[in-house]
Amino acid sequence: MTCEVGYTILTTHFGNEDAKKIEVYEKLGGYQALRKALKMAPADIVNEVKASNLRGRGGAGFPTGLKWSFLPKDATDVYLVANADESEPGTCKDRELMYWDPHQFIEGFIISAFAIGAAGHNYIYIRGEMMREYVVMQQAIAEAYQRGYLGKNVLGTNFECHITMHRGAGAYICGEETALLNSLEGLRGQPRLKPPFPAVKGLFGKPTIVNNVETLCNVKYIVDKGGQWFADLGAGRSGGTRIVCVSGHVQKPGVYELPMNISFRQLIDEVCGGVWPTGATVKAVIPGGSSMPPLDASELDVLCEFDALMTDERIRPCEYGPDRVFDMGGGRVLRSMAGSGGIVVMNDRTDLVAACSRIMDFYKHESCGQCTPCREGTNWLESVLDRLERGEGRPQDADLLLDMSDNIGGKSLCALGDAAIGPVISSVRKFRDEYVHHVEHKSCLPGTTRYRRLDMPVAH
Amino acid sequence: MSLDFSADAKQKIEALCERYPSRQPVVMAALHLALKEFGALTDDVLRHVAQTLDLPYAHVYGVATFYVMYKREPSGTNTLRVCTNISCMLRGGYEVLEAFERRLGIARGQSTEDFHLVEEECIAACANAPAIVCGTKYFLDVKPEEVADIIAFLRANPHPESEVV
Ligand SMILES: Cc1cc2nc3c(=O)[nH]c(=O)nc-3n(C[C@H](O)[C@H](O)[C@H](O)COP(=O)(O)O)c2cc1C
Ligand code: SF4
Ligand code: FES
Repeated sequence: MTCEVGYTILTTHFGNEDAKKIEVYEKLGGYQALRKALKMAPADIVNEVKASNLRGRGGAGFPTGLKWSFLPKDATDVYLVANADESEPGTCKDRELMYWDPHQFIEGFIISAFAIGAAGHNYIYIRGEMMREYVVMQQAIAEAYQRGYLGKNVLGTNFECHITMHRGAGAYICGEETALLNSLEGLRGQPRLKPPFPAVKGLFGKPTIVNNVETLCNVKYIVDKGGQWFADLGAGRSGGTRIVCVSGHVQKPGVYELPMNISFRQLIDEVCGGVWPTGATVKAVIPGGSSMPPLDASELDVLCEFDALMTDERIRPCEYGPDRVFDMGGGRVLRSMAGSGGIVVMNDRTDLVAACSRIMDFYKHESCGQCTPCREGTNWLESVLDRLERGEGRPQDADLLLDMSDNIGGKSLCALGDAAIGPVISSVRKFRDEYVHHVEHKSCLPGTTRYRRLDMPVAH
Repeated sequence: MSLDFSADAKQKIEALCERYPSRQPVVMAALHLALKEFGALTDDVLRHVAQTLDLPYAHVYGVATFYVMYKREPSGTNTLRVCTNISCMLRGGYEVLEAFERRLGIARGQSTEDFHLVEEECIAACANAPAIVCGTKYFLDVKPEEVADIIAFLRANPHPESEVV
C-alpha cells in the first residue's frame, strides 16, 4: 500500500486488522472529529465543506458543499443515504474503505448527517455481493450504538441519528442515485426522471442527499483540520487526496491514496512500477471506471484531477463524426472524466476491440431496460462489437458504432446510456486502425490478445 | 401452504420494519432471509414474503426478478462468483472461470451439489485480479492452477452466501 508519493489519510488503517474494533479506533483518535462537530453549528460545517473543495467521489465529481446547499432551507425530514454500491468496473476503494476502517466511514456519515440536518433514520445502501463488508459494517454500527455515537441522543446531545444497512441484491444500476433510492424503497432498481433531484424530493419523497462512501469519509478530516487545509491538500478546484484503484497491466496494481495533481505517467511508472509484463508499453488507460473514455499513450501527461480530465486539451474530444461532438451540455465537449478513480491500464498486447466488447457486454446486461435508446442501443452496440471480434465485421461498422452511440448519448433517462458509449466513441476515435483491421483481416491486430474464447457463449 | 419464516427471521423482519416509514422497503431484506430459510424464491415463497409484509404478490415478484442475487431455483451450497470484467479479463479471469468449469464439470450458470458457478461482473477487487467472491470469502490474484485448492477449501469450509442476512 505504501508508496513515496502517497498519502495516508483515508487509508491510514489499511492493513491494520484491529482498527475496525471501536476501542482501537478510539485509541487512534477516532470519533474526536464527531465530538468537535457536535459543538459546531451545522451551517458552519457546511461552510467548511464548501471551502474544502470536496468533490463527490462516486463518479461525477460534483462539489459536495454545493450539493448539500440544494436542500430546501427550512426542510425537515431530511435523509442522508450513503452510496456503497461500488460496482463501476475497475473501482475497488469503497469496499476497502469499509473493510479496513468502518468507523471512519460511520464517523464521517454521522457528522455529515448532523451538518445537513438529517436527524432520525438514515441509510447505507451496500451492494449485495459485498457480504464480508456487510458483516463488518453491521458489527461496527452495533458498536457505535453501544458507545452512544448512534441512537436517540448522539453523545448525550439532542441529535438523533440511526443508520440502517440496506443490502442490494445484484444490479449495477442501483449505484445510480435515483435507482438506489427506488431500491431503498423496496422497488425495482430503476432510475427516476430528474428533476426533481433527490435534494428536493428523494427518499420517501423527502429531501435527500446521496453521497459516496469516500466522500463521506473525507468529511471527518474537513471538520478535524478545516476546509482550508483540505483545499490546500488538493489541486485546483479539487480538494483532498485522491484514492485511485489501479488495475490491469501494471507491475504493482493496488489502491493508492495520492495527490490530486499526479499525472497518469507518474502513476504508472513511479507508483505502480511500470507496465506489466516487463517490456510492454501502454496502449490505453481507462481513467476512472469503465464508463470513462479511455486515454491513449499520447495523453498520459494529463493529471488525474477532476477538471484536468474534463478540460485538458491534450485529450482529444469524443466525437461521433466530423463536427458531431458529444455535447455534455452548455457546449462542453466530452474529453474524459475522473469518475470513480478506477484506473485500468492496458498494454500494447491488448485487443482494444475485445476490451470494448467485454465492457459493452456489461452495459447491455446492466441496462435496466426502462428506456429504449439504452436498452436497444447497448444490445446493438454489443452485437456489432461481437461480430467484429468474430471476424464478421463489415466495412461500415466503425461508423455504425458511432452513429448508434449518437442515438443513445444524451437521449437516455439516466447516465448509464452515456456511460455505455464513452468507451466506444473514444476507442473508435483513437484506435480506429484496430477496428479497421478486424474488418479487413477478420482477426485482431497481430501480437494482441483478446483474452476470451469466442466459442464460449456468455451466460449470466 | 406450509411455509413459515422461523421465529428469528420474523423478529428480524419486524425489527427492520421499525427502521423504515413503511413495510415495503423491507422486501429486500425479507427476500434475502427467505433465500436463507427456504433455499430458493419459488412462487410460494414469494407469496409468503408478500403476506408477511402486506404487499401485493406482483410487487414482490417484480422485485425478486429484478435483482440477480435472488435465486428462483435451488443451487449448489457455495456460490462462486468469478469476475471476468475488464480488469480481471486482462489478468486471466476467463482462464480461471474455464478452469472451474473443467474441474466442476459444469458450465457457468450451472450448479453441482456444493457449487454454483457464476460469471460475475466487477466485484470491486480489481487491484487483485482475477478475483472471486464466495459468500464472505474472497479469493484474490487467483491463478488457474489454484482452482483445485479453492474447491477443496470450500468443500471443507462452506461459505453459503444466503447465510449473510
Ligand atoms: C449507472 C451509474 C452507476 C453508478 N454507480 C455508483 C456507485 O456504484 N457508487 C457511487 O458512489 N456512485 C455511483 N454513481 C453515481 C451516483 O449516481 C451519485 O452521483 C453519487 O453516489 C453521488 O455521490 P457523490 O456526490 O459523493 O459522488 C453511479 C451513477 C450511474 C449513472
Ligand atoms: S439509460 Fe439505461 S439504465 Fe438508465 S433508465 Fe434508461 S434503460 Fe435504464
Ligand atoms: S474487474 Fe474483476 S473485480 Fe473489478
